[in-house]
Amino acid sequence: MEFPTALVLNAIVAGLLLGGFYAAVSVGISISFGMLDVVNIAHPAFIILGSYIAYIVNARLGFDPILVSVVLSPLFFLLGMLIYRIYYGCFERRGQESLRGLAFFFGILFITEVTLLLIFGVDYRLVETSYSSTTLRLGPVDFPLRLVVPFVVSLAMVIGVQLFLSRTFFGRAVLAVAQDQLALRLMAINPFRVKEFAFALSIATAGVAGAFLIVIQPVQPSIGREYIGLAFAVCVLGGLGSIWGTLLGAFILGLAESFTSTFFGPSWAPAVSFGILLAALAFRPTGLLGR
Amino acid sequence: MKRLTMWLSAGLVAFALALPALAQQPLKIGFGMSLTGPLAGNGKAALIAMQIWAEDVNAKGGILGRKVELVYYDDQTNPSTVPSIYNKLLDVDKVDLVVSGYGTNVIAPAMPIMMQRNMCFMSLFGLNVNSKFNYDRYFQIMPAGPEPAVGWSQGYFDIAMGLNPKPQTVALVGADAEYPALALEGARAHVKKLGLKVVYDKTYPPNTVDFSPIVRAIQATNPDIVFLASYPPDSAGMVRAVNEVGLKTRIFGGGLVGPQFASLRTQLGPLLNGVVNYESYTPEVSAKYPFLDQFLSKYQGRAIKEGVDPLGFYLPPYAYAMMQVLEQAIKATGSLDQAQLAEYMHKYEFDTYVGKVRFAKNGEWSAPRMLTVQYHGVVGNDLEQWMKPGKVTVLAPAAYATGTVQAPYQDNKK
Repeated sequence: MEFPTALVLNAIVAGLLLGGFYAAVSVGISISFGMLDVVNIAHPAFIILGSYIAYIVNARLGFDPILVSVVLSPLFFLLGMLIYRIYYGCFERRGQESLRGLAFFFGILFITEVTLLLIFGVDYRLVETSYSSTTLRLGPVDFPLRLVVPFVVSLAMVIGVQLFLSRTFFGRAVLAVAQDQLALRLMAINPFRVKEFAFALSIATAGVAGAFLIVIQPVQPSIGREYIGLAFAVCVLGGLGSIWGTLLGAFILGLAESFTSTFFGPSWAPAVSFGILLAALAFRPTGLLGR
Repeated sequence: MKRLTMWLSAGLVAFALALPALAQQPLKIGFGMSLTGPLAGNGKAALIAMQIWAEDVNAKGGILGRKVELVYYDDQTNPSTVPSIYNKLLDVDKVDLVVSGYGTNVIAPAMPIMMQRNMCFMSLFGLNVNSKFNYDRYFQIMPAGPEPAVGWSQGYFDIAMGLNPKPQTVALVGADAEYPALALEGARAHVKKLGLKVVYDKTYPPNTVDFSPIVRAIQATNPDIVFLASYPPDSAGMVRAVNEVGLKTRIFGGGLVGPQFASLRTQLGPLLNGVVNYESYTPEVSAKYPFLDQFLSKYQGRAIKEGVDPLGFYLPPYAYAMMQVLEQAIKATGSLDQAQLAEYMHKYEFDTYVGKVRFAKNGEWSAPRMLTVQYHGVVGNDLEQWMKPGKVTVLAPAAYATGTVQAPYQDNKK
């Protein structure tokens, strides 16, 4: 097996760019599962919803899908608040969040998919942006803007979320709710408000990740399910609830996939990724940066 | 005694009155179809075509004096749903006939049930399904010929070997899924027969996001030709990656599902220039399909409303033709007897919107007629340019050819 420099460099760049996309898909799951104990398995559906909203605004008004997703992220935030209120009122408050909560999010997943199906039909949709067909070349290394732009915005989003959680009072409250809700109550803080905010934040990140997806590849209503396994792997590898861990896990799995595809055959990529996950968990059961 | 006679008379009258009603019972044709899931775009398009056929037939009085009724369920593009759908169709809905849904993945799981119940099974675009079952009542409407896996890529390899100088090396790549696996199997048979050297032969998982590492790995082997078998999302991903990386090879393509449909054609636009692929119909050869226009005009009007492929070149004409075969067989035999229908379908030729159809012993077309084409001169992403002749050159079969292949692949980008 040969490892020519150009191939290695391109594999590194492709892996990092892919990791950036995986981080955007996974950060919301890390918040809802890792910090809030909310089993939001409908997360992929919100990603696809983000894809379609970016698509429709782009098709009607010609705006860049990623810009649209950032501008419309407050709407996703509000949607997240609404869903958490329903979830809290119907299940969490009554202590029925485990199985019935799971069914609730399954329901949301199906309803979202079917609604998109009824509105947009079953055809694959893709957004062609002004930069989609442009590739920057630095020596032997390619930087396709189709992946570079989502990578940059994703990095900014994930770092932004981490800074918010670690540097602001409300962010620290979110981290606190993940650790000890009772202690938070004793300090006269309502965990419901904190969790509502954090869950809404996770849905807002899903909306932005959806715009990345439709720039990178064609989308149809049920395609989001294909990424749920990988997104979980990223979160678990990095450590559930750790944003830096999610970013690290995303880069590791992105690089693993890219190197495996380049040098050993792409069909081995999932086995290598999950092999890394198993090995990491054997030595650090809480994930690489989990506590 | 008098009372008994009265009851018997009343019963006879009721039976006599019910006879016409029984005769008027619709002729039920059942199937599962992918109306959701990854192949729903094709499934819905096929359903529209079959509904148009049913309306056309019913407008002419139905078949054997009975109106046709289509009974169908969504198989969700999920093979595991297929057996229960066909059991329900046969046991609960009591359909008279069954046909398949779209594609190899959902045809194969229906086969054991068809064989158990001795049903005549007309199927829609399954690739080489009967090779494992050898069922004598299986028929298939895709024009891939009697050896479908090999016939599928026959045109691609004929074109490749017509290049001067002849290619020496080949890269084979495809998704880890049923159709690409079968298409690659056929391509490997060609490669072996032609004595080409395989420099790359790998598959990728269907949920792959970035295809550029795969294309770079292929480029590193410097193949003369690249054969790709893929489904729509990965077709788009591979075509994009090939353009981003700047793949240099003499011919690229072969078995991409996706560029046949409006959505991928408009999304990829000029990125398709130079790709060699298969098509089942294209306006460039409309003169060979004299009756297809009237069907396409009906189909296109509906497809836009229902959000499915507005071109309808690939699958819908064949979905309609599949039902025409069934219709002609029932009318000719005057029966719904499965054995008689199968026997007739083996013996005779059928006149359909996609031309004359004759079946081989294994239920496939007796001769391949899939078109091998190359996309050229695509500018921008509008759909109009695809509605009329000009962007697709038919390379094979020879009787349908409208031009010759432009190689190497990268020169088509200039």
